[in-house]
Amino acid sequence: MRRFDEQLTQLNDMLLEMGAMVEKTITMASQALIAQDTALAKKVIDGEDDVDRKEKDIEALCLKLLLQQQPVAKDLRLISAALKMITDMERIGDQAADISELVIMMNGAPYIKKLEHIPQMATATVKMVTDSIDAYVRKDLELAQSVVEYDDVVDDLFDKVKFDLIELIRAGTSNSEQAIDLLMVAKYFERIGDHACNIAQWVVFSITGKQTS
Amino acid sequence: MITAFIGPSGCGKSTLIKSLNRMNDLVEGCKITGDIMLDGENIYGNIDVNALRKRVGMVFQKPNPFPMSVYDNIAYGPRTHGIKSKFKLNEIVEKSLRDAAIWDELKDRLKKSALSLSGGQQQRLCIARALSVNPDVLLMDEPTSALDPISTSKIEELVIKLKRDYTIVIVTHNMQQATRISDRTAFFLLGDLIEYGDTEQIFSIPQDKRCEDYITGRFG
Repeated sequence: MRRFDEQLTQLNDMLLEMGAMVEKTITMASQALIAQDTALAKKVIDGEDDVDRKEKDIEALCLKLLLQQQPVAKDLRLISAALKMITDMERIGDQAADISELVIMMNGAPYIKKLEHIPQMATATVKMVTDSIDAYVRKDLELAQSVVEYDDVVDDLFDKVKFDLIELIRAGTSNSEQAIDLLMVAKYFERIGDHACNIAQWVVFSITGKQTS
Repeated sequence: MITAFIGPSGCGKSTLIKSLNRMNDLVEGCKITGDIMLDGENIYGNIDVNALRKRVGMVFQKPNPFPMSVYDNIAYGPRTHGIKSKFKLNEIVEKSLRDAAIWDELKDRLKKSALSLSGGQQQRLCIARALSVNPDVLLMDEPTSALDPISTSKIEELVIKLKRDYTIVIVTHNMQQATRISDRTAFFLLGDLIEYGDTEQIFSIPQDKRCEDYITGRFG
């Protein structure tokens, strides 16, 4: 195998690792939220640096490849897509940490409503991230496009959460502050879905050369 | 407009570019079929080959200045075509050297031997020499492959500037150079034209797998 191909394989491996880290972070943030586990939430926040480091490592490899190999065509698309994807993955890491901070702020107070749609949002976004990274590595255009479409599921769930919380506030809930916190949690999950969607769109670009909006 | 010819060694790029000003006529045993049209006229028809080569100038891989002064290198072509006036020749020499972006470097060394110039200067002198007979088309066969990065950069800048006034065809093995300077790119393989299109398209989304394999270094 050529050295350049070996380096591209290394890039794929690193992206898979970062993807796995990000998936784990979302799952942990979601678990911390459901179980009101502040220790787990703290672990997510502490792990944010690892995601940031991985982003820097991948960025350095991409820049090295651009410098040394001066890639064109599909190689250039692959590397430039990787550079864009890691920014979105890093943001997902940040948002999982933001959710965890809210878990700590809510400090184990009983939930004003049973969490139903937010865990579904967490599961949906993990699936989107997993599928988008898989699509990148396997160059699976159909899978990448399915992730883009799946964002609607997350958006619908967000609307449901928002609607429920508005109803609670309207009914004069005793803890309106928590209602706002939960709305922010849902918004962070919705943003995670958007980032996963961006990742999938960069995968589409890396395969077809066409940018989608 | 600048068109780049790319492809592995032996694919026919140089043969094709040389056929554009009938340089292949000079190759013993060369068989030529087909037509090449220049402004609606078949250059393989009944035409004056010297007049054709005046219209279609050529610059080669290795700078090949004549063993004479800078001035005489440039004046050689116009003199051959009958220009004798010293005033007119001075004018042509200055304009050609200016157009080749080398006047400032050579204006005080016009009487010096062209062989004393650096490789990059010699190549720009050869471009000036090609421009001295006021051609329509400029053919360049790997014009920077023997030059250092600074000289290469100067030639590239020059070629981009010249495209306003000349149709330029360049053979290059340097993919980045093709992307930097050309508007259209043609990829050849084993004597066939495989893909031809906008340079940006060829180097971002090539349509033919053989073209993609070649430009990404996976050929063969």
